[in-house]
Amino acid sequence: MTKAKFHFSRKLLAIPYALFLALFVIAPLLIIVYYAFTNGDTGSFTFDNFRNFFSGTGGDTFWESSRFKTIVQSLGISVLSTVVCLLIAYPIAYIIAFKVKNKMGLLILFIVPMWVNFVLRINALKELLEWIGIYNKSNGWNIFNTVLGMVYDFLPFMVLPIYTTISKIDKSYLEAARDLGAAGSTAFLKVTLPLSKAGIMSGVSMVFLPSMTNDVISNYRTFNHTKIIGAFIDECFKNDLWNLGSVTALLLLTLMFLITWLTGGFSAEPENGSRGTSLW
Amino acid sequence: MVMLKKSLKWLFIGIILLFIYSPILLLTVYSFNASETITSWEGFSWTHYEYFFSMDNQPLPIVLQTICLALVVASLSTLLGTVGAIGIFYSRKRTGSFLSGVNQIPVINAEVVTAISLAFLFVAIGVPKSTFIPLIVGQMVLCTPFVILSVIPKLKQMDNNLYEAALDLGASPTKALFSVVIPQIAPGIVSGFMLAVTLSLDDYVIAAYTKPNTFQTISTHIYSLAKGGTVNTIKSSYWAFTAVIFLIIVIAVIVMNVLAHKKAGKKQ
Repeated sequence: MTKAKFHFSRKLLAIPYALFLALFVIAPLLIIVYYAFTNGDTGSFTFDNFRNFFSGTGGDTFWESSRFKTIVQSLGISVLSTVVCLLIAYPIAYIIAFKVKNKMGLLILFIVPMWVNFVLRINALKELLEWIGIYNKSNGWNIFNTVLGMVYDFLPFMVLPIYTTISKIDKSYLEAARDLGAAGSTAFLKVTLPLSKAGIMSGVSMVFLPSMTNDVISNYRTFNHTKIIGAFIDECFKNDLWNLGSVTALLLLTLMFLITWLTGGFSAEPENGSRGTSLW
Repeated sequence: MVMLKKSLKWLFIGIILLFIYSPILLLTVYSFNASETITSWEGFSWTHYEYFFSMDNQPLPIVLQTICLALVVASLSTLLGTVGAIGIFYSRKRTGSFLSGVNQIPVINAEVVTAISLAFLFVAIGVPKSTFIPLIVGQMVLCTPFVILSVIPKLKQMDNNLYEAALDLGASPTKALFSVVIPQIAPGIVSGFMLAVTLSLDDYVIAAYTKPNTFQTISTHIYSLAKGGTVNTIKSSYWAFTAVIFLIIVIAVIVMNVLAHKKAGKKQ
């Protein structure tokens, strides 16, 4: 009897947060869906916003002129940033996990800069680029600088999950591979790499989407020369093009769910799945 | 060959660390520059520090109000998140996993989408930005999921028999919750709180969309200064701030490491 009562009371504790999520997470997304499927003037149901997004019509001159450039550029920057992050982060994580004595000390060295305010950090990088003399020089440099900014900011998000999975690999698998005659490189390709797949996936999902939407970085690097999807949503909102902005946000949201689902982010354990949590 | 491999390894690590640290180190050096530009060195001076640490100038009050905001947001998020985590943990499996799934949305969603959707919501329900409610709630949406994610693992590790023993010994469910459950999940609550403080201090996007027009956080202020693209005293006084923050973090990390070593030493 008492048991039934306290279980009941503890369950009730979920109600405030459930209400909070319903009101401030689900409802806002429903509003986005509403704006994406309705006409701005009459409020009637329409697919026009999606057509406008892909055809570049709808009275929004800034989108009309630079639509493909923005999409292609944004995807390009995102892919490039993710690949560069992965190419740098994997060896680092590997070295920390397998080749160093003071693992925590070295890992912390890579995380410390993250505790400086994000805008301060990006500002510092901008000053460095200005000092070197490659800040806001040409479009080529701007794209280079944007990718550099993304890598600078997101690198720890790639290092941490990969390090977590690599350090959990049972070393006897590697020894077994070597005993059975595999060369060092073969053992790496057949054992270490496949076993670190989960970390790579979660790192990729933590870098890919933010580098498509983090317009603070792209704006800082270039002040609107290198436009990315995130900056476009921002512009839509500031120019009162709520329907077009909502379509873009909805498409991003769909992409986000696809990526998370494909990389297993929904089922992942919190300790190596979600961004940030492994820092503490 | 082995030597070569070893030195290559450290060369690689060194280059990446140089890339990560050079911007902050450059700002630290130039925070002692007598002039406000980063292109020429005009002698050592404390000017930027003096400017930054005076309450009469813009930066310091903005830093202090950003810290206040972070403490308010983190406290509210920790309260909501801790209660929510306990609730989710003891809910039926289906309800629990549904709530945990929704909890993941703000974590993986693009911040700009979260921010815009919240801005839409507050326009729709007619809450003006000047009330600070959109800003506080907006940052709570960002922070609370991480509190949940830090508390739930501790609940999973907890020995449930202790709670039942407390009840058998006559404690009321509320009493048992406060004197048995809460102390056991305290490390998770603390790390959730710390995480919430960091996220709030770090946030630019949510604040930019939801803050009152007259209110500035560190992030929005520096961003607005940089947008202007001009060289000025306020901007360079933030170099001093960057250097100070960096120094504090380095000291904190060293102290934490030393303490951890001592603890490990004692255990042995």
